[in-house]
Amino acid sequence: MPVILITDALIFVLIAVGIGFGLYAARHEHLRGPWRQVGRSPVGVAALVVIVFYVGVGLLDSLHFHPLIEPVAPAAPAASSAQADQSADEKTDAVAQPVAATSTSDQAMSGQDATADEQDSFAATPASVLAEPTYSTQIISVLDLWLSGLRERQEKTFSAPFATQLFVKEAIEQPDGSVIRGYPRLEHGGAHLDDPSQRGVDILLRGLFGLVKGLIAWTALMVTLIAVLAWRGRQSFNDRASAIWRGETETPWRVALSALALMLVLSFVAAELAASYHILGTDKVGEDVFYQSLKSIRTGLVIGTLTTLVMLPAAVILGIMAGYFGGRTDDVIQYLYTTLSSIPGVLLIAAAILMLQVYMTNNAEQFQSLVERADLRLLFLCIILGVTSWTGLCRLLRGESLKLREADYVQAARSLGVRSSTVIGRHILPNVLHIVMITVVLDFSGLVLAEAVLSYVNIGVDPTMNSWGNMINSARLELARDPVVWWSLAAAFVFMFTLVLAANLLADVVRDAFDPRLRSAS
Amino acid sequence: MSDVLLHVSNLTAELGNSERPVRVCDGVGFSIRRGETLALLGESGCGKSMTALTLMRLLPLSGRIAGGSVQLDDTELLSLTEREMRGVRGGRMAMIFQEPQTSLNPVLKVGDQIAEAVRLHKRLAKAEVAERVVELLRAVGIPDPARRAGEFPHQLSGGMKQRVMIAMALAGDPELLIADEPTTALDVTIQAQVLQLLKGLQAQTGMAVLLITHDLGVVAETADRLAVMYAGQIVEEASVDAFFAAPAHPYSRKLLESVPSASKRRGELAVIPGRVPPLDQPFSGCRFADRCSQVMPACREAPIAWFQPNPGQQVRCLLWAEGPAQFREGEASAAVGTVEPSLSSAQPETAAVELAAAGVKAQAEASGATRLEAKAASAPARSATAPTAEGQTLLATAGLQVHFPIQRGLFRSTVGHVKAVDGVDLCLKAGQTLALVGESGCGKTTVGKAILRLELPTGGQVRYNGVDLASIRAGQMRRYRKDLQIIFQDPFASMNPRMLVGDIVGEGLQSLGLEKGRAAQRRRVAALLEQVGIGEQAMNRYPHEFSGGQRQRICIARALAVEPKLIVCDEPTSALDVSVQAQILNLLKRLQDDLGLSYLFITHDISVVAYLAHEVAVMYLGRIVEQGTAAEVLDEPRHPYTQALLSAVPMMDKAERRQIIRLEGDMPSPAAPPTGCHFHPRCPQAIADCALTYPQPVQLSKTHSARCLRIET
Repeated sequence: MPVILITDALIFVLIAVGIGFGLYAARHEHLRGPWRQVGRSPVGVAALVVIVFYVGVGLLDSLHFHPLIEPVAPAAPAASSAQADQSADEKTDAVAQPVAATSTSDQAMSGQDATADEQDSFAATPASVLAEPTYSTQIISVLDLWLSGLRERQEKTFSAPFATQLFVKEAIEQPDGSVIRGYPRLEHGGAHLDDPSQRGVDILLRGLFGLVKGLIAWTALMVTLIAVLAWRGRQSFNDRASAIWRGETETPWRVALSALALMLVLSFVAAELAASYHILGTDKVGEDVFYQSLKSIRTGLVIGTLTTLVMLPAAVILGIMAGYFGGRTDDVIQYLYTTLSSIPGVLLIAAAILMLQVYMTNNAEQFQSLVERADLRLLFLCIILGVTSWTGLCRLLRGESLKLREADYVQAARSLGVRSSTVIGRHILPNVLHIVMITVVLDFSGLVLAEAVLSYVNIGVDPTMNSWGNMINSARLELARDPVVWWSLAAAFVFMFTLVLAANLLADVVRDAFDPRLRSAS
Repeated sequence: MSDVLLHVSNLTAELGNSERPVRVCDGVGFSIRRGETLALLGESGCGKSMTALTLMRLLPLSGRIAGGSVQLDDTELLSLTEREMRGVRGGRMAMIFQEPQTSLNPVLKVGDQIAEAVRLHKRLAKAEVAERVVELLRAVGIPDPARRAGEFPHQLSGGMKQRVMIAMALAGDPELLIADEPTTALDVTIQAQVLQLLKGLQAQTGMAVLLITHDLGVVAETADRLAVMYAGQIVEEASVDAFFAAPAHPYSRKLLESVPSASKRRGELAVIPGRVPPLDQPFSGCRFADRCSQVMPACREAPIAWFQPNPGQQVRCLLWAEGPAQFREGEASAAVGTVEPSLSSAQPETAAVELAAAGVKAQAEASGATRLEAKAASAPARSATAPTAEGQTLLATAGLQVHFPIQRGLFRSTVGHVKAVDGVDLCLKAGQTLALVGESGCGKTTVGKAILRLELPTGGQVRYNGVDLASIRAGQMRRYRKDLQIIFQDPFASMNPRMLVGDIVGEGLQSLGLEKGRAAQRRRVAALLEQVGIGEQAMNRYPHEFSGGQRQRICIARALAVEPKLIVCDEPTSALDVSVQAQILNLLKRLQDDLGLSYLFITHDISVVAYLAHEVAVMYLGRIVEQGTAAEVLDEPRHPYTQALLSAVPMMDKAERRQIIRLEGDMPSPAAPPTGCHFHPRCPQAIADCALTYPQPVQLSKTHSARCLRIET
C-alpha cells in the first residue's frame, strides 16, 4: 500500500515544476541557449551523470509504501531467532533483535528500537485475518526493498570494510566447550568463505564479475543511445559511433559515456561485493554503512532542493515587488529582510527545531510512525533553512528589478498602458530568472553541507533518519576508539563529497552559461 | 621621408579561434609624420579601435597579430619583448579612451593616478613628481590644478576626467598619441574644449596624433590627413582638404552624403543599403561591393589595388582603374543620384525650390563663398517649409516642473530637490516636429517622460487636446496612452531580449485592447513591420538577431502600433552610425508625411535638428532659454548659450565654421542652480544684473523668443 509522506509529495511537486520549467525553457531561446551550453560543457555533462545517479537513488528512496504481510508470516515471530528468514517484515524483525540487545542508551538507536517493538506487537495480530491482504505499519521505500539484503544482514557491532571477523574481541565458545577471547566470524560478511584467508581471491573474482556485468550494462546502454542518436541525426550507426569516439559531437557524448561507464562499473562492482561483504564495514550496532550512506542520499537531496522550493516564492515575489514598486513597499520589505538576516541563522534553526521536538513529544498520538515524525522534522528543517536563506536572493532580485524598472523596454511598456502585474510577469521576471537559476544551483551544495553541520550539533534531521550529518555525528565517538573506527566518517565524506563536488562543478558551468557578462565576452 | 614617425604596413590581426578567425584588421597600412594628425574614420564594427589596440599590442586575450610590421621611428614594435613594449606604451606611444568615466580608477585620487604614470617613465623625487603632476594638469587646462590633484574622479565632470586622461597620456612625453573616440561621450561644448586642447598640445609638443572617430565634423576640424576604414581594411587615404573636396571611394561619398544638414531637409538623405559585413569570412574583391551603387563585375573578382586619383590621395576602388576621367563621370552620376530621391519624394512645387537651393549651395561651396552666402542659399529652403507648418496646437506644456526630492538620513527626510525640469513651456503643433536641444543633464529626457507621465510632474500643466495630463488620475491616463508614444535612445536596451519581435510590437495592441483576437493582432503587427521596412518574417525572431538600425525600426513599429498622434523621440539616432541614422531619419520623415505625426524630438545633435525640425527649443538646466522656428534659432541665435552651442558643433564645411565661443567650466548641478540666470556663471556676455533675477522671455518675432537680459529688441 503506497504511502506518500509530506516530503515525498513536495518532491513530486518539485519534479512537476522542473518538468514544467523544462517545457517552458525548451520553447524560449534565452533559456534553452544557456542550458544547451551547459550540455556542451564536458565538466557539466560529467557532473550531470553523477548527479543523475544520486537523484535516481533519492527518487527510489522517495517511493514509500507499507509492505504486504504474507499470510504465512504470523507464525514466524514466535520462532524469532537470529537466523535469516524469507519474509520481509520478519527480516526487519530480525534486524531489530540485535539492536535491542545492544545499547539502549544510544539516542540513535532508541528510535529503531521503538520501531521494532511496534512491529512485534503488530505482527502478532494479523494472524486471524488471513482472507484479505494485510499491510505492515512499517513504512519502507522501494530502495529499502531493493537493498533488503543489505538492510537485513546485520552484525553484532563494528566490523571493518570487507572484514570476515568482528572488530572487537568477544568470548567465543569453541566446539570443545572451552571459551577463548578472540575475533568471532561475522554472521554475514564473508560467511560463505570456509577459510577467511581466501578473501583476497574471492574479492578479486567477485569484483571482476561485477566489472564485467557493469561493462555489459554499459555497452547495452551505449548501443541504445548511439542508435537513438543515429536515428535522430539520420546517420548510420557506425558514423555516429565513430564521431562520438573521436569526440566530434557537439554534446560531449564521449565524456558522458565515460562518466556513465565509471559510475555503472562502480555500482555493479559495489553491488556484487555488497552481496557477500560489508564493503564499507558496519557501525556500532552492526548496521551496514554502505546502506546508511545510500539512504542518506535522499536526506541530502531533499534538504538541498526542498529548501529552495520553500524560499523561492518569498524571495522572488518580495524581491521583485520591492524593486519594481519602490517607495513604501520597498521600505517594508527591506526592513523585513534586514531584520530577518540580523538574527543568527543557527539560533533560529535551533529554536524552531527544539520547539518542534517539544510539540512532537506532547502530541505523539498524531504520528503513526517514527518515519512520519522524522519526515515532519526534515520538512521543518527545510522550511526554517528556507526562511533564513531567502534574504540573499531577495536582495539580489530587488537590486536587479530596481535596475530593470528604469530599463527602456519597461518604460515603453508603461507608456503602452501595460498593467504592473503584466509588466512584472512579462518583462521583469524573465529577465531575473538567470539570477534565480544561478542562486538555486549554487545554494544546493551549501545546503547539503549545512545539513551535515546542523545534524552534527543535533539540531538537524531526526536522529533516526539516515543522513550524512548523523553518520558524522555518531562517528565522532568512534574516532576516539583505539584502533580507530574510520569507515563511517570516510563513507559519509566520500558520498557527500562526490555529490557536492558534482553540484559545484555543475553550478560553475550553469553560472558561466547564464551570466550575461560572461556570455557577451565569449 | 625622415620625418615619418610611425609606419604601419600590412598589419593583420585576428580575434577568436583559429578555424574561423575574425580579421579585425586586414593588411592595414599607413604612416604618420611628426606633428601630424591622422584621423582613422569609419563606422562601428570596421575595426578602428582594434587597429589602435594592435598598434599598442594590447589586443584582448583571444586576439593575435597575424602579420605585418609597425615601425615607430626605427623600432619594430612587433618584435619587441613584452617588457620592452611596456616601456614604449605610455612612453613613446600613449593612448586615451572613449569613456573617461571608466578609464579612471574611482578609489584613487587623480593626482596619484597621474603620478603613477609619471613615475613609470621618469625617476623623480617625490616632490618633483608632485610638481610634474600639477604641471601636467595645468597643461591640460584644469583650473586650480593643485587642489584638483587631491580629488577623486567622481568629483570631476566628464570633460575634466577626459582632461585628466590626457594628462596621464602626456606624462611620458609621448611621440604619438592615439585618441580612440576621445570626445564621443562628451557634449558638444566640452568636445570643442577637448579638441582645442589636443590641438594646442600638439602645437606645443610636436607629437603626432592618431585620432579614431566616426564623426566627420571632428575629422574636418582636427585632422591633417585621414584614412577611411571599412570592414577591416583601409579603403581611402587622403589629406583632409582633398577628401572633403572630392571623396574618391563610393563609401566615403555616401558617408558624406548621409550626414543630415539644413540644406538637405526637403529630400531624403542618402543611405547605404545593408550593413558592414561580419569580419569572420574570407573576402575576395572589394568589401563594399554588396552595398555599392556603382558595383561592377570586376569588383568582386580580385583584391582591389591602390589607385591614385590625386597626389596625396589614394583609394582602393576600381572606378579609378582607368584614370580620373572615368571617375568624374561616375561622380556626376552619383551627384544626380542624390538629388533624384528628393525629387521623387518632395512636392512638385517645393522640389523646384530644393533644386535651386541645392544648386546655389553647390555653387557657393565651389567658389569657396563665405558662410553668409551659404546661409542665404539655405534660407529659402527653410522658409519654403514654414507655410505648411501652420496647424493647431496638439500639445502644450505650461510651467512644467519635475523635481526629484533628495532624501538623507535615517528617516529619509527631504533635504532638497533636484530641479530636473523647472518651468518648461512648450507648444507642439499637429503634424510638426519640435526639437528639444540641450546638453546631457539639462533635463530634456525628463521633459519627454513627464509628458508621457513616466515621471510624475510635480507642477505645471501638460495640455493635450485641452486635457491636463499632469493632473488626471493614473487610471484615466490609460485612455491617452494610445495617442502619446515614445522611442528611446538605445535600441539595444529598449526591447525585452526575452520576447519575440512580434510580441514586442503587439504589446500595445494587446494591453490597450485595440485588436481583438490573435490572428487580427498578428496581421496588424505584420503590416506594421512592413511599414517600417523590416518585413513580417521578423515576427518570430528575437531582438538580438537584428542590428541597431533594424532594432530602432522595430521600436518605431511598436510605437506606431497604437496609432499615436505624438511620438516623443528621445535621441533615437545618437547610438547609431551616420549611414544608419540617415535611414532612421528618412523613415521618421516619411511617416510624418504619411500619417501626420507630431514629433517631440529630443537631441543634442544640431545637424539632425537642422534636417528634421520645424521648431526648436533650446534647454539649459531645466529651463528653455530660447525657442523659435528652426531657421530663426539655428541661423540667428540670440541667447549666448545657443550661440556657444552652435559654434561648438564641428562642421565639415570650412565655410560654415564659426568662431568657437569657448564656455568655461561645466553645467552646474540642477540641485543647486545658480541665482538669477542659470547660465551667467559661464556666460561670456554676463553682466552684474544677470545674477539677480531669472530673465523674462524677450519676444523677438511672432515665433522667436529668448530669455536673456542682454537682448535688446
